[in-house]
Amino acid sequence: MGSYLLRRLLIALPSLLGISVVLFTILALAPGDPFGELATNPNVPAEVAQMLRKKFGLDDPIWQRYFRWLWAMLQGDWGFSFISRVDVDKLIWQRVPVTLAVIGASQVLALCIALPVGIYSAMRPYSLFDRIASALAFVGFSLPTFFTGLLLILLFSIKLDWLPFVFRSDIAATGWQWWWEHIKQAIMPVMVLGLFQGASWTRYVRSAMLDVVRLDHVTTARSKGLSEWDIMMKHVVRNALIPVVTLVFLQMPAIFGGAIVTEQIFRIPGIGSLLIDAILRNDTPVIMGVTFVFSCLVILFNLIADLLYGWLDPRISYR
Amino acid sequence: MQEKQIRDAIEQVKSGDMPRRAFIEAMVGVGLTAPMASMMLMHAGVAQAQPSPVYKPTKKGGGGALKVLWWQGATLLQPHFANGTKDQEGSRIFYEPLAVWDNDGNLVPILAAEIPTRENGGVAADGKSVTWKLKRNVTWHDGKPFTADDCVFTWEYAKDPATAAVTIAVFKDVVVTKVDNYTVKVAFQKPTPFWATAFVAAEGMIIPKHVFAPYIGGKSRDAPGNLKPVGTGPYKFVDFKPGDLVSGVAYDKYHMPNRPFFDSIEMKGGGDAASAARAVLQTGEYEYAWNLQVEDEVLKRMEDGGKGRAHIIPSGDIEFIQLNLTDPWNEVEGERASIKSKHFAFTDPAVREAMALLADRQSIQQFIYGRTGIATPNFLNNPAKYRSNNLKMEFNVDKANAILDGAGWKKGADGIREKGGKKMKFVFQTSVNGIRQKEQAVIKGACQKAGIDLELKSVTASVFFSSDVANPDTYGKFWCDMQMYTTTQTQPDPERFMNQYVTEEISSKANKWQGRNIARWRSDEYDRTFKMAEGELDPVKRAALFIKLNDLVCKDNAIIPLISRPRVRGAGNKLVTTLSGWDLDFSQLQNWYREA
Repeated sequence: MGSYLLRRLLIALPSLLGISVVLFTILALAPGDPFGELATNPNVPAEVAQMLRKKFGLDDPIWQRYFRWLWAMLQGDWGFSFISRVDVDKLIWQRVPVTLAVIGASQVLALCIALPVGIYSAMRPYSLFDRIASALAFVGFSLPTFFTGLLLILLFSIKLDWLPFVFRSDIAATGWQWWWEHIKQAIMPVMVLGLFQGASWTRYVRSAMLDVVRLDHVTTARSKGLSEWDIMMKHVVRNALIPVVTLVFLQMPAIFGGAIVTEQIFRIPGIGSLLIDAILRNDTPVIMGVTFVFSCLVILFNLIADLLYGWLDPRISYR
Repeated sequence: MQEKQIRDAIEQVKSGDMPRRAFIEAMVGVGLTAPMASMMLMHAGVAQAQPSPVYKPTKKGGGGALKVLWWQGATLLQPHFANGTKDQEGSRIFYEPLAVWDNDGNLVPILAAEIPTRENGGVAADGKSVTWKLKRNVTWHDGKPFTADDCVFTWEYAKDPATAAVTIAVFKDVVVTKVDNYTVKVAFQKPTPFWATAFVAAEGMIIPKHVFAPYIGGKSRDAPGNLKPVGTGPYKFVDFKPGDLVSGVAYDKYHMPNRPFFDSIEMKGGGDAASAARAVLQTGEYEYAWNLQVEDEVLKRMEDGGKGRAHIIPSGDIEFIQLNLTDPWNEVEGERASIKSKHFAFTDPAVREAMALLADRQSIQQFIYGRTGIATPNFLNNPAKYRSNNLKMEFNVDKANAILDGAGWKKGADGIREKGGKKMKFVFQTSVNGIRQKEQAVIKGACQKAGIDLELKSVTASVFFSSDVANPDTYGKFWCDMQMYTTTQTQPDPERFMNQYVTEEISSKANKWQGRNIARWRSDEYDRTFKMAEGELDPVKRAALFIKLNDLVCKDNAIIPLISRPRVRGAGNKLVTTLSGWDLDFSQLQNWYREA
């Protein structure tokens, strides 16, 4: 397994390199420039914007800028934001904990809903429970997060005045109070993301289960007189989880992207809103940094998924 | 308003027959900015009005936390690198200038001991220098004293081209010298009527020499102080997360008595204007929100929540249409919209006049902007002393039709007017923005009735307002027949604002489309008048010249002013703010408090 891991990691390097070339080219071809805001300010002479462009190397040819970026990146220097002039790695690190907490919690919530509901639905297909669960799941994943987000804000913040809808990363309180405030402000975003994800996963778990229930080894197990619980847990769920694992892990990076909308609505200072801001301001180093992190995540989660296959299904070997 | 009338008015103020404020209001009424009116009085020897004592708290602190919302969060805290007002505001929590502008356009001393005048010897009679006396016993947040050296240093820092400070325009043409520890002299190259630029307001924030001295010029980005400001302001730096959060705590040795009222401040960024309005007006989660560019109807509905209300502060910002006088569709000597080309229709004054008649400003105000926009025939609207009374706005389709008929533009079979084989089909561009698209529709409707076909085009704001030379859709290139946007007047004095119609500012390939005369309008009379205004020391004559400049460009209809846009802010019902349309929202942050 060790050599497999090493091999996979080595393959990842050229992929990352390729991604970075594509990203850089697209960014260089995209319209707009980071000092556009200065250009519209009548108090700022045009020379300043031009001077800044020159100073930050924006007037050099694309390939020069790319190799400069790559060389610095290889040395662990992620560059600095043209707009805030703060180092990119620092900016990203400021945002990562919040993103991980909110998205992590929402994924856990999604799994907590999808697994039991999906499994139970599949155990009793077309029962009343299954019908209700399916209906709710359809509603859940057909409503976009920006809509449910606003709905929750209208209900819990404006009508009932229970929850805040502006997420704050600095909470002055300590101890339990601190935890309580954080949980309170995270409830809505976590619900929005978790329910959305949970709804689609429920459907997926259910169908994966139904596929396995019909297989011969389940019938065999049943004819051996095993308890229904043992059949489900040992013979069905474990097998059914393989496609679910693929889905969950391969979707993980996409969720970071999908959370961007939710981050905007609730003003969560996460990595997604950092990316949006950077794109709006044409802040190339930050866009490169964040998207690079995203691409690393894609590759990492792919790898995790592959490793989990082996654990779930011994027939799949690490070769 | 005639020169004589203005002089009489000044005499009345001098003799006490007319209140200062009434004078300033009258001047604003004729098109001058309030600060300009105030400077007229100062020049005439009328003492500066003392800012009315609105501040009630009798001791420092005790106000708890002040939570404010900026839907564009501050991205850096070095005022001389500020990228837009959001950064200036973020910096202003910690740094201070010598003086700021209040809403009447009066200078209010912050770090200055007094406002320089002719009487106290601060302003030189020849208009070539001004001497500022500094407050004593002011300390930086790290305990070091604030002195004239810091002012001189700020000047050296900002004027150095290698620093690439955005405030370079304010500092590069002046010479700052230290007279003594608590006096600095700002000298100008030529007589300068509007002397209150260096060290004043948003661009005048003073930075500490002892923190930034090693980081002048090329090393400016490396200064640790860029991220951890050490200022003299009412709040001391605590934390900064770019784009998200700026926080500070009350500075216990702040130089003004009983201030600040709030124990801490939190400036949260992100989101959009509508949800910021909601957080202040409807739920009261935050106490103040900046720049609520939300339709008035929505604002009103949120105000019904009863937690806060919108503050509407007059400013000089103007939403207007530019008519392209050059041909944007064909290249002349390799350049589109070259100054050597002529637009087939807009070079005809009759067409321009008709276009102005087709702009239904009243409806735009009434149905789109509500309280947040005032229909106007003037480009220069504020401070009121510079506002012209000579122009009228009119919406009249019949008259426009008559004018076009008279000028030989005949309606074709398809109802579109044409002359010499050229049809009146124009492309009308603006930025993507709900309000602007509605305005476009209103104007298109009226034009249709007059046999003019407008093709509406909207460009993403980040492209439209960028200076990207490679992009054909920027407002600076104006490769289109008509365009509409808001231009901001950042100073109470209109000199820099009115400079955008002089010939040498024409936007062209040669200046990489950085010139500010985007309409590419040329008038020798305008150029001459501007030169005179620039050097005119007598504020009364100067005001009259600015009014004339406004009339020249507006009467010619090269531009069509639509809506004078006040600034819209939201504040909790109990929050007492001191806001000014001529300065930052935080210009008098030290005076903010909450009523019990």
